[in-house]
Amino acid sequence: MANMKFLCDSKRCIECNGCVTACKNENEVEWGINRRRVVTINDGEPGETSISVACMHCSDAPCMAVCPTDCFYRTDDGIVLHNKDICIGCGYCLYACPFGAPQFPSSAAFGERGKMDKCTFCAGGPEEDHSPEEKAKYGANRIAEGKLPMCAELCSTKALLAGDANEVSDIFRERVIYRGHNDGAWAAEDELAYDASQPKA
Amino acid sequence: MHVYKNLLTRSFAVFIFLIALVQPLQAATPSDPNVAGFAGAEYWDVVRKGNEGKTQVQGAEAGSLINVQGEYWRYWRNEWITPAGAIALGGTLGLLAIFYLIVGQKKLDHPRTGKKIERWKRLDRANHWTVAILFIILGISGLSLLYGKFFLRELMGDGIWSVYIMLCKQVHNYLGPLFAVGLLFMIVRWMKHNFFNRVDLNWFLKGGGIIGNNHPSAGYMNGGEKVWFWLLTFVGIAVCASGLVLDFPNFGQFRETMQWANIIHAAGSLLLLAASLGHIYIGTLGTEGALEGMKTGYVDETWAKQHHDLWYNDIKDKSEN
Repeated sequence: MANMKFLCDSKRCIECNGCVTACKNENEVEWGINRRRVVTINDGEPGETSISVACMHCSDAPCMAVCPTDCFYRTDDGIVLHNKDICIGCGYCLYACPFGAPQFPSSAAFGERGKMDKCTFCAGGPEEDHSPEEKAKYGANRIAEGKLPMCAELCSTKALLAGDANEVSDIFRERVIYRGHNDGAWAAEDELAYDASQPKA
Repeated sequence: MHVYKNLLTRSFAVFIFLIALVQPLQAATPSDPNVAGFAGAEYWDVVRKGNEGKTQVQGAEAGSLINVQGEYWRYWRNEWITPAGAIALGGTLGLLAIFYLIVGQKKLDHPRTGKKIERWKRLDRANHWTVAILFIILGISGLSLLYGKFFLRELMGDGIWSVYIMLCKQVHNYLGPLFAVGLLFMIVRWMKHNFFNRVDLNWFLKGGGIIGNNHPSAGYMNGGEKVWFWLLTFVGIAVCASGLVLDFPNFGQFRETMQWANIIHAAGSLLLLAASLGHIYIGTLGTEGALEGMKTGYVDETWAKQHHDLWYNDIKDKSEN
């Protein structure tokens, strides 16, 4: 099966927040919760860079490792989902997540946070596909229809890529090669280096 | 081809170095100065270290792209505190069981005289049992939150598990502050009995008279009880304070604060739980006549003479005068 990942090409992201809007609309996310956000580093200065960030569906997910209720699970597609019927809203997943992906509808006294909500890669939840319960708790299930997440599908500059990790990195690698610069990706040289002399993967 | 590229890079590096001699500011950028807007490794390193950006999304730490602190929290909680707590609790239980099987209950040396001496007032006992019952409820719910996922979910099935673990969290969050109040009251009320003195030193040197017929002297409280008191004072207050930090996210604590609070809370409470097993053993199974003091408020004269001789003498002197 596939190993689903998001990748945001920081050289293409123009901070339009289209992905945020697409996500909120498609999943009918509660007020105050944003499953996806766009962060701009060095806003208004030379070297300004924007990145869209949400749950990264980690292969070794910290949320899953620290959850006291064990409500997280990974689908065959490598998507990290959770069961809201088991979630107790303790907030541990938020403490562990490097990306600030887990969101809570409230943060009241006595740890009353409500059930955690996060990006599902538009893959719904543990309920039956397209059931009203699934729609109400988790939003869309585009994966069951053979479609990719709405945020990536609607990205105006195709900065946000979603799909199988191999295909996403192939597309990104090709872009980096055309850019022809060691820092043309978005990471350290030794991580995503390319060798133009080698045939395209 | 590779060699050629390498040579090019090196000559480029030399070129950069030469520029650096003339124009230090320009050469400080890691990228080729001819290509603008390509952020290099150093740029992302700053982001990784927590440099916040701007975002339209409102909420705590929304501008932070990445927070590596959570990885450390996960490591300490999952790799150290979880197994260490299990070893501490299991080890203490095991040692107590072995001790009980080999040494058995500490009996009264002489028959009871039937004369009762008041040891704990009604308020002391109410305070003790309130704190004790809350401690046990918080202990069970807290341990379920840390260890339940490893076996309880399988045992209960998802339906019961989801109700049980939600109950654990609610009970823990709502009763926790009450425990803090009870504990503080107890600390203030009993502190005067618990300052260490020379008698305690001797008590410790004789190992508290745990084995054999050796009865080191003790006042109203013996050395062991005083250690338990100060453990509850210092570790207990740390556990209560960190618990309150975790319990009230409405004040908007950041993730790092919560991570620290959780580590202190878990480590401290596991230490107290392990120590409480010793306290419960000595107070019930381990010593004949100890529990009735906290149950009825009165102890037998024989028990008082055997375990708290200095206190017994004080009481006797006072009643004779």
